[in-house]
Amino acid sequence: MLFVELAAQGLVQGSIYALIALGLTLVYGLLRIVHVAHAALFTLGAYIGVLVCNFTGSLTLGFFAASVVAGSAGIVMYHLAYKPLLKQPPFVALIASIGVFIAAEEGFRILFGAQGFSFTEPFLQTPIELFGGLRFKLAEVLVILLSTMIIGILAGLQAYTRIGVACRATVSDPQMASSFGISIELVRNINFLVGSALAGFAGVWVALLNNLVEPTMGSVPSYKALAIIVLGGLGSVPGTLVAALTLGVVEAFGTIYLSSLLDRNAIAFAFLIAVLMFRPQGLFSRT
Amino acid sequence: MNYEISIVTTMAISVMFALSLNLITGFCGQISLGHAAFLGVGAYTSALLSGAGFSFLVTLPFAMLSAATLGVIVGFTSLRVREDFLAITTMGVGFLFVGVIRQQDILGGELGLSSFPDHGFGNLGFMILALMCSSLMVILCLYIKHSWMGRVFQGIAEDEDTMRVLGIDAARYKLVAFALGTALAGLAGSFYAHHLRFIGPDSFGFVESVTVLSMVVFGGIGSVPGVIFSAAILSALPAWFQFIGDYKLLVYGGLLFVMIRFFPGGMASLVSQLYAYITKRRRDT
Repeated sequence: MLFVELAAQGLVQGSIYALIALGLTLVYGLLRIVHVAHAALFTLGAYIGVLVCNFTGSLTLGFFAASVVAGSAGIVMYHLAYKPLLKQPPFVALIASIGVFIAAEEGFRILFGAQGFSFTEPFLQTPIELFGGLRFKLAEVLVILLSTMIIGILAGLQAYTRIGVACRATVSDPQMASSFGISIELVRNINFLVGSALAGFAGVWVALLNNLVEPTMGSVPSYKALAIIVLGGLGSVPGTLVAALTLGVVEAFGTIYLSSLLDRNAIAFAFLIAVLMFRPQGLFSRT
Repeated sequence: MNYEISIVTTMAISVMFALSLNLITGFCGQISLGHAAFLGVGAYTSALLSGAGFSFLVTLPFAMLSAATLGVIVGFTSLRVREDFLAITTMGVGFLFVGVIRQQDILGGELGLSSFPDHGFGNLGFMILALMCSSLMVILCLYIKHSWMGRVFQGIAEDEDTMRVLGIDAARYKLVAFALGTALAGLAGSFYAHHLRFIGPDSFGFVESVTVLSMVVFGGIGSVPGVIFSAAILSALPAWFQFIGDYKLLVYGGLLFVMIRFFPGGMASLVSQLYAYITKRRRDT
């Protein structure tokens, strides 16, 4: 029974990782920038979500506001921080990103206080039983279903629509794509919008599950998301989903069976390094 | 006076630490996002050995050796993965190090180590020792940069495949860069441990690794004077910023961003641009 329960908890955690990592993999695939500040958008989304929720009492509105604000902030970040640095070696943009992330975390702390805050009335906490005896919160079931669905839809869009094809073409060869008349700028804007909106969306879910938002909530998921996009094969949407869920489950088991050796965060990276040594191109990359 | 001595010692240690990363990332072009782990290995080795009764100077070679051992192992991964993958793998090494430390009671676990014996040089003596060590390291770095090996490093940083075509065993040189750089980080680590008299898992986390990388990039990647300057300035900055108290990190992050956004080549390129501008002006008039 413990076995199944651990797996289920792992899937919940994994689907949140997936939502965060997705934006990162889109950005990475396009620009080859290790976008650490992505986690700042995740935190931003969580704060906006809780604030709007507490103010209006509507969770839907909270999700909507968080996604919109985080999405637009993502586009702004692209234009201010990354676009001018694209010609520089990649670690220059990385440092810029880290600078933004440090400043943003501090900004949240100064603006909203170090204590963080929570929902005035908890949402979606109704316990439900599934598969005979496994207890979940409603929010946990919903987050698995929703994130799988969203990522499925995105993967579908990427595979079958014109703009999706344009995105994939730009990822694999920007110069070729632009000579075929694809507006690279548009593709980048769309990717930042979608990826950042998803990060904001994920932020609200994490706020819901823990009933807490705090300035530093972004730091650990942000680095883990980097591990996930590498595992998933960079730029691949379905790969990211599978890698995120796998990592969630591995971590859940690891915290029980490996805790005398490693802490939770290290497990993710031990797994990553082990995989990279045997498949340097990631688990699911075809090249 | 003690306050100034403490700041100068901190600056000297940061210069050592930043130069050690500059050797790997600046000279040889291998990015590392987990460099604090090697500082940590050195610090823990030195602290444990001091605890076992060895004097500070005796612990130094052991700290360097243990850091370099881990460094060579990580260096092997750099033969397997490149660039961004290497960045994320080294980041993973950093997290792995902290994660292992946290769970080992013998290393102090979450609480860290603090009750190891004093270095016995007094504050002033320790500062002089740190300054001497960092000066030696500066000389070593300058020597390496202009040696045959330094030129090979530079070649690998610019274009590894071409170097291979030229018949150079790039793998071996990369391993040497990792071994040297991490050994020097271990040296910086032993000073770090004995200066602060406390080390814990949080002292060697991702933030530290990123801070040292910022020092290198801020100074101008690969430039020895630039890195010395920026490591000294950036490590003393939080102390100078005491008066803005709460906004310290906000300013730090903001400054880092603004600097890199407008001067991606760091201080070194800024100075050389300025110099070129002035000499051009002088010639014109």
